[in-house]
Amino acid sequence: MKNNPQSEIAIGVTLGGEIVRREMRMLEIKNLHASVDGSEILHGVTLKINRGEIHAVMGPNGSGKSTLAKVLAGHQGYEVTKGEVLLQDRDLLSLSPEERAREGIFLGFQYPVEIPGVSNMYFLKTALNEIRKHRGLEELDAMDFLAMVKEKMKMVNIDESLANRSVNEGFSGGEKKRNEIFQMLVLEPKLAILDETDSGLDIDALKIVANGVNSFRREDRAILLVTHYQRLLSYITPDRVHVLLDGRIVKSGGKELALELEEKGYGWLEGNAA
Amino acid sequence: MIELKEERNVYLSNFASLEKRLKEKRPAWLRAFCKDAISCFTELGFPTTRDEDWRYTSVAPIARTAFKPAVYQVNGWSPSRLADVTLGEVACTQLVFLNGHFSQELSSPGKLPEGVKAGSLASALDSDGGLLEEHLARYASYRRNAFTALNTAFVEDGAFVYLPKDAVVKEPIHLLFLSTASKDPAVCHPRNLIVAGSSAQATVIESYAGLDSGVYFTNAVTEIVAGEQSRIDHTRLQRESERAFHVATMEVSQRRDSAFASRSISIGGKLVRNDLNVLLSAEGCDCMLDGLYLAGGEQHVDNHTTIDHAKPHCSSRELYKGILDGKSTGVFNGKIIVRKDAQKTDARQTNNNLLLSEESLINTKPQLEILADDVKCTHGATIGQLDEEALFYLRTRGIGDAAARSLLTYAFASEIIGRIRIQPIQCRLDLLLSRSLSKGHETL
Repeated sequence: MKNNPQSEIAIGVTLGGEIVRREMRMLEIKNLHASVDGSEILHGVTLKINRGEIHAVMGPNGSGKSTLAKVLAGHQGYEVTKGEVLLQDRDLLSLSPEERAREGIFLGFQYPVEIPGVSNMYFLKTALNEIRKHRGLEELDAMDFLAMVKEKMKMVNIDESLANRSVNEGFSGGEKKRNEIFQMLVLEPKLAILDETDSGLDIDALKIVANGVNSFRREDRAILLVTHYQRLLSYITPDRVHVLLDGRIVKSGGKELALELEEKGYGWLEGNAA
Repeated sequence: MIELKEERNVYLSNFASLEKRLKEKRPAWLRAFCKDAISCFTELGFPTTRDEDWRYTSVAPIARTAFKPAVYQVNGWSPSRLADVTLGEVACTQLVFLNGHFSQELSSPGKLPEGVKAGSLASALDSDGGLLEEHLARYASYRRNAFTALNTAFVEDGAFVYLPKDAVVKEPIHLLFLSTASKDPAVCHPRNLIVAGSSAQATVIESYAGLDSGVYFTNAVTEIVAGEQSRIDHTRLQRESERAFHVATMEVSQRRDSAFASRSISIGGKLVRNDLNVLLSAEGCDCMLDGLYLAGGEQHVDNHTTIDHAKPHCSSRELYKGILDGKSTGVFNGKIIVRKDAQKTDARQTNNNLLLSEESLINTKPQLEILADDVKCTHGATIGQLDEEALFYLRTRGIGDAAARSLLTYAFASEIIGRIRIQPIQCRLDLLLSRSLSKGHETL
C-alpha cells in the first residue's frame, strides 16, 4: 500500500467530523445486516477502524457481538443479507474464511475448538506457510519456525509441552485463550478480532493476554476487541469504544465510555436501539 | 437353487482334482479334515443376507464367479516390485507367498532364536507334522462358516510360525501375501498357523497386497494360539487391488495371562469381510483390538469381531475406526460375550465412523451378551461427519478447505496408525492416507 503512489495522495473521507487519509483505513463495515437461520441478528452495523488503532465492541449477551466477529471471519452459518465490509479497500465478504485469513484477518475464538490428532505445531506451521505463500514469502523451514515460535511462546507463557499436544485438546480455559493470542503473534495478521478472549480468565491470565495484545499493537495493524467486561480495558487501552445493542451500534466514544458502561450498565442506552 | 448348486459344483470339482494332486502330500488326519470341510461347505453353501451374520454383506459376486485355483507365477518380475509392500530396511523375517504359494526366492530369512520356526505350512506338513496335527483346524471352526470350510478343504500352503517356551523374537515376522492377475479370476486359500509357547513373545505382520488390478479372491484363515504368559503383537494390513474379493477369518485362542494386541488395517479390495474372533480361555488374559477401515468408490468393507470372555479377570479393549467416502459401504459388528464364569471382566468397545460423502453408508452394531454379574463392560458407536466448527477454525488460520478436510480426516485415522510401532508401515500408511485424501476423496 505504501509503495502505491495512488493511495499516497490523500483522498479525504469524513469520519465523525475528522478528515482521515484513505490509506489509514484498516477496516470499514458499512450497514452490515446478517442473519442466522432466517432471523436477522445484525441490523445494520457501521464501523471504521484505522491502522494502529484498537477498538472495543461492548454489549450485553445476545447483542450480536460474537455474530459480528464470526461474520467478519467468514463463518458460513451466517448469511450476510446487506452491507459491505472492506479490509484496506478490499471487499471481504466475497472471500472464503481462508482467503480472509491470508489477507490478514485473524479471529481469536471465544471457544477455541479442540482438534484431537492434529499437533499444535503442525497446525500452526501449515497455517503460517499458507499465509506466507500468499504474501509471496518463502515457506519457513522447521528450524526457523521453531526458533520463532519459541520466542512467542515465552511472550504468552505457553509451555513447550503444549506445543506438541493436539490443538487445544485437554487445555484449560486459560491455556486455550493464551493459545489464541500465541497464534495471533505467530501469524501476524493485519486485523485481529478477539472475541471475548478475556472471559473466564483469572487476573494473572488476563494480564498475560493483555501483554500479548499490547505487544502486538503496531502502526500497521489494528485490533477489534469484542468483550463483555470493562476489566480487559484496564490493561489494554482502546482508542474507541462502541456499544452494540440488539444488532446495532448505539453509541461510540473514547475509552471513558467503557467506564461509564461499567458504572451504569446498558439499560440507559436501550432507547437508542430502536 | 439350481444356480446355487452349480456354484458349489465348481468347488467340488476343484476339490476332487486338488485331492488327487495332493494325495501323497496330505497326511491322513488332514485328509479327513478336508473331506469333512468340503461336505460342510456343500451343506452350508455360501451365506446370504438372510443369515444374521451376513445381513449387510452380500457375497453373491463371489458366489457367481467361477474362480480357478491360483497358480504360482514369478516369470517376468523382480523383487524390486516388492519395494512398496515389504518392510524395507527393517531387519525381519519375511515370508512371501505368491498367489497363495510360498516363494523361497522372494522370502528372506531373519534372525530367529533357536527352536523358533517360521516357514511354509506345506513344508511343515513334512517336518512338523505332530505340531500341525495338534493345532491346525482346531480353532477355526468350519462347521458354521462356509468360507472357513472352503479354506480348510483347500488347505495347501500358508505360514507356519512356532515359538517354543520362553522364545523371544525381537525382529518382526512379516507374512506377505501377494496376488497377481491372471487371465481368469483365481482364488487362493492361504492358511496360517501361529503357535506361541508359554512366555514366548513375537511381533507378526500379516500383509495382503494385490500387484495388478485384476479380479481375484483371497480367502484366508489364520489361527493363533497364545500360550500361557505369552505376548503376541499382530498387525494385519489388507491392501488388495481394487477389484479383488477378500474374506478372512482370524481365530485367536488365548491361554492364561497371555496378551494379544491386534491392529487390523483394511484399505483395498472391492468386497472385504474380516472376521476376528478371540477366545479368552483362561484367567488374566489381556486383549487389545484396534481397527481402521478406509473405503471409497464402491468398496464394501465388513468387520466382524467377537471377544469371548470365558474366564474371570480378563480385560479387553477394542477401538475400530472407519472412514467412508464415495458410494462405499461399511459394516462393523462387535460382539462381546461374557460367560457366567467370567466375573471381574473388564471390556470396552468403541466404534467411530466418519462419513465423508452423502452416499456412503455404515451399519454398526455393538453386541453385548453378559451372563456374569460382576463385570465392567462399556460400548459405544458414533457415526459422524467432519466437525464443521473444527473446519472453520482451521480455515480462519489460512488453511484451505480441502487441506483442512484432509487434515481432520487424517487426524481421525492417526489414532490407530500411531499405534503401529513398525516404522515403515506407519510411514507408508501416513503417505497412503495423505495421498488418497489429497486426491479429493474419490477413492481411498
